[in-house]
Amino acid sequence: MDDHKIFKVSRRDFIKTTSVGVTGLLIGMSISCTDNKKKLTGDPQSRFTPNLFISIDGNGDVKLIAHRSEMGTGIKTSLPIIIADELEADWSKVKIEQALGDDKYGDQNTDGSYSVRMFFMPLRKAGAMARTMLEQAAAKEWGVDVSTCKAVNHEVVHSSGKAFGYGYLAAKAALLPLPDENKVTLKSPKDFRYIGKPSSIIDMEDIVTGQAKFGLDTNVPNTKVAVIKRNPEAGAGVKSFNAEAASKIPGVIKVFKLDAPGFPTNFFKPLGGVVVVADNTWSALKGREALVIEWEHGKNANYSSAPYIKNMMKGAKSKGKVRRDNGDVDEAFKASKTLLEAEFIVPHLAHAPMEMPCAVAHFHEQSCQVWAPTQDPQGAKKALAGALGLDEKAITVNVTLLGGAFGRKSKPDFIVEAALISKNIGAQVRVVWTREDDIQHDFFHAPSAQYIKVGIDKNNRVNAWLHRSVFPSIGGTAAEQAIEPSGGELSLGMIDMPYDIKNVRCETQQAPTKIRIGWLRSVSNIQHAFAIGCMVDEIAHARGVDPVQNLIDMIGDDRRIDFASLTKELENYSEKQEDFPWETARFKNVIQVAKEKSSWGKKLPKGSGQGIAVHRSFLTYVACVVEVNVDENNKITIPKVDYVVDCGLAVNPERVKSQFEGGASFSTSIALKSEITVKDGSVVESNFHNYFLARMSDAPIQTAVHIIESNEKPTGAGEPPVPPFAPALCNALFAATGKRIRQLPVKLT
Amino acid sequence: MFKNTNHFLARKWKLDGRHLALVPVREIILSMVKDNCYIDFKITHMATYQININGQVQQVEAMPDTPLLWVLRDHLLLTGTKFGCGIAQCGACTVHLDGMATRSCGLVISSVGERKITTIEGISTGGLHAVQQAWIEENVPQCGFCQTGQIMSAVALITQTPNPTDEEIDVAMSGNICRCGTYERIKKAIKRAAKSELK
Repeated sequence: MDDHKIFKVSRRDFIKTTSVGVTGLLIGMSISCTDNKKKLTGDPQSRFTPNLFISIDGNGDVKLIAHRSEMGTGIKTSLPIIIADELEADWSKVKIEQALGDDKYGDQNTDGSYSVRMFFMPLRKAGAMARTMLEQAAAKEWGVDVSTCKAVNHEVVHSSGKAFGYGYLAAKAALLPLPDENKVTLKSPKDFRYIGKPSSIIDMEDIVTGQAKFGLDTNVPNTKVAVIKRNPEAGAGVKSFNAEAASKIPGVIKVFKLDAPGFPTNFFKPLGGVVVVADNTWSALKGREALVIEWEHGKNANYSSAPYIKNMMKGAKSKGKVRRDNGDVDEAFKASKTLLEAEFIVPHLAHAPMEMPCAVAHFHEQSCQVWAPTQDPQGAKKALAGALGLDEKAITVNVTLLGGAFGRKSKPDFIVEAALISKNIGAQVRVVWTREDDIQHDFFHAPSAQYIKVGIDKNNRVNAWLHRSVFPSIGGTAAEQAIEPSGGELSLGMIDMPYDIKNVRCETQQAPTKIRIGWLRSVSNIQHAFAIGCMVDEIAHARGVDPVQNLIDMIGDDRRIDFASLTKELENYSEKQEDFPWETARFKNVIQVAKEKSSWGKKLPKGSGQGIAVHRSFLTYVACVVEVNVDENNKITIPKVDYVVDCGLAVNPERVKSQFEGGASFSTSIALKSEITVKDGSVVESNFHNYFLARMSDAPIQTAVHIIESNEKPTGAGEPPVPPFAPALCNALFAATGKRIRQLPVKLT
Repeated sequence: MFKNTNHFLARKWKLDGRHLALVPVREIILSMVKDNCYIDFKITHMATYQININGQVQQVEAMPDTPLLWVLRDHLLLTGTKFGCGIAQCGACTVHLDGMATRSCGLVISSVGERKITTIEGISTGGLHAVQQAWIEENVPQCGFCQTGQIMSAVALITQTPNPTDEEIDVAMSGNICRCGTYERIKKAIKRAAKSELK
C-alpha cells in the first residue's frame, strides 16, 4: 500500500449524487396545526430529502446524517451544526443519525483532523440547498416572489408576517427541482445561529447515564465471544497449540488457528493466532489463558527497541538522504560564530484508547454485517470484502461510538478478525481485545532519533540549520521497500520548518520497520516539534535573547512562505499552498497573544519555570506556554498551560477548547509517562501498571485555551494540541532546573 | 495442566505498587484477600448466585471466579460499566459495593454475597443524580467511555466527603484514567455537584 494514504485527496462532489424522495400520501394533506397565520406541519408521512444528509418529515422533524466517526472530538455534533445552521433549523427539532459506511458520503475516514476542514463548505451548501427549496415552496404556495420569503428558525416567513413551518413545506419542497449546489446563497457569517457558538455534544445524557453504545456495548442477541492469543512478534504465526485444557473450561465452544500475515503485516490484515470462542467473555479469557502454544519465529524475532534506537542515532549523526536543501549549510557553518548540536529521542508509543479494539460480526449466507468502533468504515468495508471474498455490496458496516481512538481505529484488522471468526463458527461473534492485547499488538508510534546542528553568525542571527530525522516509516507496515520516512511524514513538522534561515538542510536515514507502525495523534509532528521546539529554545539561550523574542526574530518578516521553492516534498496536509498558505503573521500573532495571556516572564518561585513552543500542524497555528514546578524530590507538577489557537473559524469553540485541554493531558503522557519498549520481537509493557498514562494527579491543573477570533477557513483541532506541548514543557523544565531534556519520556534523575 | 496459571495469577496481582496506595484499589485487594477469592484455573464448574444489583435480586449462573464486571455486562446486559484494563488500574469498571467505589473487574462473583451493588444504571431512581447533572453542565465527556466509571467514583467521593478539597479529589479520582484528558472538567464538575448537594 502506498503511504500516500497518509493524506487523502478523495473529495467527491457528493451532493449531486442524491435523490429527491417523497414517500407517503400527498393526497388529502392533513393540516395538524390550525394556527390562523401559521401552518406548521403537514402529512407526517411526507418527507423532504434534498440530499444525502438531510431529511425533513411532515411533523417538521429534521434528521441529519453524521457521516464521520465520533471518538471524542464532538464531530457527530459539530458537522450537523453546520448543516442545521444553513438550513435555519431549530436544533431542538433535529435528530442525528450515524451513517453506515458508504462511499456515497464522500470521505468517512475520520483522521488527519480533516472533518471540519473538508466538509465545512459542502455541508453548508447541503443545508443552504434545502433552505432555498423550502423558501421556494413557500413562495409558490403563497404565489409571491421568493425574494419576499425568508427561512427563519424552522419556518419560512413572508414579509407580510405570515409563515409556514418546515413540516408543512416538506411535501411541497420535495416536488421542486434541485437547485445548483454552487449557486445557492450561503448565510453571512454574522447571521450564523450555531456556527462559532458553543454547543454541547448530542450524546451527552446517554454518556453520563451509561446508555451510550460504544463498540463493546453492541447488544445483538446470541452473540458468542472470541478472544485471540496472538504471537508476541507481529506477523509471525503459530507452530502448534494444545487446546485440551482450554476446551474443558465451561462455556468454551471452539478453539482454532487464524492464519498470520507474515511481515509486513499490512494495515488491514489480522495478526492471526489461536482463537478461543465461548459463550461469554470470562470463559473465553480463561480458555485463552489455558492454551499451550508454540510460536513460530519471524524475521523480526531479534527486534529490540533499545539497540535499534541507538543505531538510528548513529545514522542521525552521519550524512543522509537530502529532503530539503536551501543555500549551503556546510559553508555557512564555517562562517558561524557559535555552533549548537543536540540529539533527540522519542520512544515507541501506544494509542491505548480507553475502549480497546472490538467488533461484532455476523456472517450469514454470503453477506456480512458488522458493528464496530471504526474511524474508517469504508476502509473496513473494503478490507472485509477482500478477506471474505465478497462484493462490497454484501457488507454492512455499522459505526458505533468510539471509546477513544487516536488513530488506532482507522485500521480494520480487528473487524476483519470478527468477520473471519463469524464465518468459521457460523454464528454471530464479538471479538474482545484485552488491554494486554491492545498495548502489545498496537500499530505503534515510530521511535525516532534526531540530530540538529545550528550555526549562529557574528550578527547573532541563525545562519545555518541542519536537521536529520530517522524513524521507521508507517509505510513499512505494508511495504517492505518503505525503509525511509516518506515526504508526507516529513511534512509533519520537519521539512516545513518555517524559520527564516538562509541555509537549511534536512536529511533522513534508512530505518526498516520491524513492528506494526501507525498513525498516533499528530503522527511525526510529535518528534519533530519536540526536537525543533527544544532546539529553538537552546538557540534563544545561546543568542542571549528571551525565548519569545527569539521566536519572533527567527520567524522573520510577515510573509507567506513559498515552500514550493524550498522543497519538492512538502504536502501541506494535502491542501494547495495557495488555499492554505503558511502565514508567518498568524504564527507571530499566536506567540504575541500567548506572551500576554501567560504573563510571560512573571516572577515564579524557585523550582518553577515557564517554557514556550509554537507549531503549525494540520494547518492550525498553536502557541503553547507551560508553567512547571519541580519539587525537591524531582516531582513534576504543571500548574498552568496556556494554549493560543488559530484554527480559522472555530465551528464549535467549546469542543475546540476541550480538544486542547485534553490534548495537554494526552501530551503529558507522552512527555512524562509513556514508553513502549520491545525486546526480542515482543512488547515488554502490557497494561497500565507499566504503560503509564497521565492521571488526574499528573495532568495540568489548569489549561487555558485562547481561540483567535477568525473568519478564515476552518483547520484542524484534534491533533494540533499535541506537538507543541512536550517542547514547551521541556523548555519550562530547563527554566526551572537548568537541565536540558532531549529524550522522552522525561527522566529528571 | 494449567501451565499458565501462575503467570496469570501473577499478572492479575502485580500492581507494581504505583496506585496501590489509593483507597479504592486497596479496598479491592483487601476485600479479595479477605474473601480468599481470586482467578483460579482449577475452577471449572458453574454455580448459581443471587446478587443484589440496583435494588433488585438477580439470579445468575457463572463460574465462581467470574469478575463481577462480566456478570454485569454479559449476563445482565448492564453495559454502562466498562472494561478498560481488567487489573483494577483504570477505574472504567467502577461500581459501588455497599456504597464504596469498587473495581468490578477485580471482584469475583463468589465474593459478592449479600452486599449491595450499584451500577451507573442504578445511581438515580428519578431523573439525574447531581453528579450526572454537574457532568452535563461542565460538558465533561469527550469520547465518554471512561465517564461512567468516573461518575461512580465521584458519587462515592461526595457521599463520603461532602465538600472535598482538591487533594481529596485527586486521591479519590486518580484510580480512574481518562485518555481524552477531561480531568480538569471532572474536578470542576465534582465541586459543582458537591455545592449543589450541600444546598
